[in-house]
Amino acid sequence: MGLDIKVPIGLMFTILGLLLAIFGLATAGDAELYKRSLDININLWTGLAMLLIGIVMLATSKLRPTKDK
Amino acid sequence: MESSFNLSWIDYTIMAVYFGFVLGIGWTLKRFMKSSTDFLEAGRSIPSWITGLAFIATNLGALEVIGMAASGAKYGMATVHFYWIGAIPAMIFLALFMMPFYYGSKARSVPEYLKLRFDEKTRGFNAFSFAVMTIFASGISMYALALLMETLLGWNFNFSLVISAIIVLVYVYLGGLTSAIYNEVLQFFLIVVGFTPLVILGLISIGGWEGLSESLADVAVRNGYEPGAWSHSWKFMGSTDSNPMGTEWMGIIVGLGFVLSFGYWCTNFLVVQRAMAADSMTGARKTPLIGAIPKMFLPALVIVPGMIAIALTTMPESGFELPLKGSSYDYDKVIPVMLGHYFPTGMLGLGLTALMASFMSGMAGNVTAFNTVFTYDIYQSYINKSKSDRHYLRVGQLTTIFGVIVSIGAAYMARMFNNVMDFLQLIFAFINAPLFATFLLGMFWKRATGHGAFFGLISGTLAASLHHGLTAPVGAESLVKGGWLGTVVHTYPSEMAQNFWTAIYAFSAALIFTIIISYITKQQKTDEDMTGLVYSLTPRIKEDGVAWYDRPVTMAILVGIIALVLSLLFW
Repeated sequence: MGLDIKVPIGLMFTILGLLLAIFGLATAGDAELYKRSLDININLWTGLAMLLIGIVMLATSKLRPTKDK
Repeated sequence: MESSFNLSWIDYTIMAVYFGFVLGIGWTLKRFMKSSTDFLEAGRSIPSWITGLAFIATNLGALEVIGMAASGAKYGMATVHFYWIGAIPAMIFLALFMMPFYYGSKARSVPEYLKLRFDEKTRGFNAFSFAVMTIFASGISMYALALLMETLLGWNFNFSLVISAIIVLVYVYLGGLTSAIYNEVLQFFLIVVGFTPLVILGLISIGGWEGLSESLADVAVRNGYEPGAWSHSWKFMGSTDSNPMGTEWMGIIVGLGFVLSFGYWCTNFLVVQRAMAADSMTGARKTPLIGAIPKMFLPALVIVPGMIAIALTTMPESGFELPLKGSSYDYDKVIPVMLGHYFPTGMLGLGLTALMASFMSGMAGNVTAFNTVFTYDIYQSYINKSKSDRHYLRVGQLTTIFGVIVSIGAAYMARMFNNVMDFLQLIFAFINAPLFATFLLGMFWKRATGHGAFFGLISGTLAASLHHGLTAPVGAESLVKGGWLGTVVHTYPSEMAQNFWTAIYAFSAALIFTIIISYITKQQKTDEDMTGLVYSLTPRIKEDGVAWYDRPVTMAILVGIIALVLSLLFW
């Protein structure tokens, strides 16, 4: 219905992914912050994963738009 | 608990971006809402991968996420019964055998199907009880979310309640069912991405699956069970006293797997509506099957965190504490406490946003289902019959506002009188339990009559309340739990076992009475009336144009095999 849902999902994941990844980079080395996530920079990793999902969504919406009647 | 919930700007930014997108989707779809069909049925134009994800997302509300994690902690692996036996077979049945009648008939809602197949009173009974039930369901989940935000984040109860309600209201008001469905897909992805890191971190910290099983063995022994009772699904279902659920395989298979699950997934308009919004018959039939694939793996996201949480209580060195409620754990706090334990600021914002997303997908489902049933089955049928479509579009939109306001009222009612809510939920359980019998007979036995269906439903509801009034679970404190008829003829080892058997009695009574009454009353509907509504009077669906691997039957077999393999793996 006039809107390919992959576009908003892709955009949101890209924006949130960038936000989290940049925040993760900026706080890298903050041992106190990442103690609870077992010394893993979970912000950076989740951010990168979301960014990847976002880009894939946007790319597929370009290549294969969701069609409806 | 460590002071875990200190949110910073990054957490609030994540929430704000999410709110922006859900509202934006509604805003974009606004200009496509030209008829009541667009608004209330999504124009029957949505591809099946979208309706499929929406189908399970709408069921994945906040109460489901919180409740399943709670059960994971309380009962362990056996909680998967609510998925692999308690959902998948019913979803397959809906796709293969029932969808052709819902989508193929002219019915726009589940109650309307009852009107076409049986009569006005059966539809009225279903429409009114469903409308009231959805309002209370969304009120209760709104209450639960606002309460959580209040205790965890110190947010004002009224503020979180009104804000979350208004966001759902706005995006449904603007874009109708399409907006709800599209947002459910977005919310589904967000829930997955918000909870997966929690499960990964939890498993790493506890030593993987093996470490988890070992700690769960301690939990089981501590509670007086065999070591495997928390890490197996079927192995300890031989008798009611060998597993923490207090149920046995018969209650699980017949009560949960057949009556309750088929009653929910096959007749509840909340989920069926998503499939009916699909763009074709094949798409509608594929909807529950596409939804079934992620559904089977959801236990990893919603049950495993609960299992990890209870396992962590055996390791004081982890610094993890599950809050108490009286003398036992407050299991409903599992998810928030786990989020606070593992997530630093940033991820914490994402995790809380995922929780809110789950709340909204559940609530929007209730709101859209209420809209449609109210507009078509109550307003158009009993209040104002022959108006222009424009009028009904407007009514549908206004019903959204009305529905949300009444749900807010229900949320405050839940806050004030906890017992009233327990009581209402009980009544709804009585009304729902026999429904599947009515649909089963309606769709597959053309002799079933309107009087048979109506009085069959009533007898089922009566049987459910009688059974509940004469039995009680061990340690029942109030009459809401059972035994309100004064004498307790049977005591069940758990509330769950009692629920399963209440459902079994209700279904059986409805089935038997519908058959008997149908035989002694005259069929009012002609064969012609029932074409497209009853199996024997409906031409078989031709799927010549659909490749074999793309057919619902092929997908159903695949889904069935995966569910079976999973059950055997986690036996």
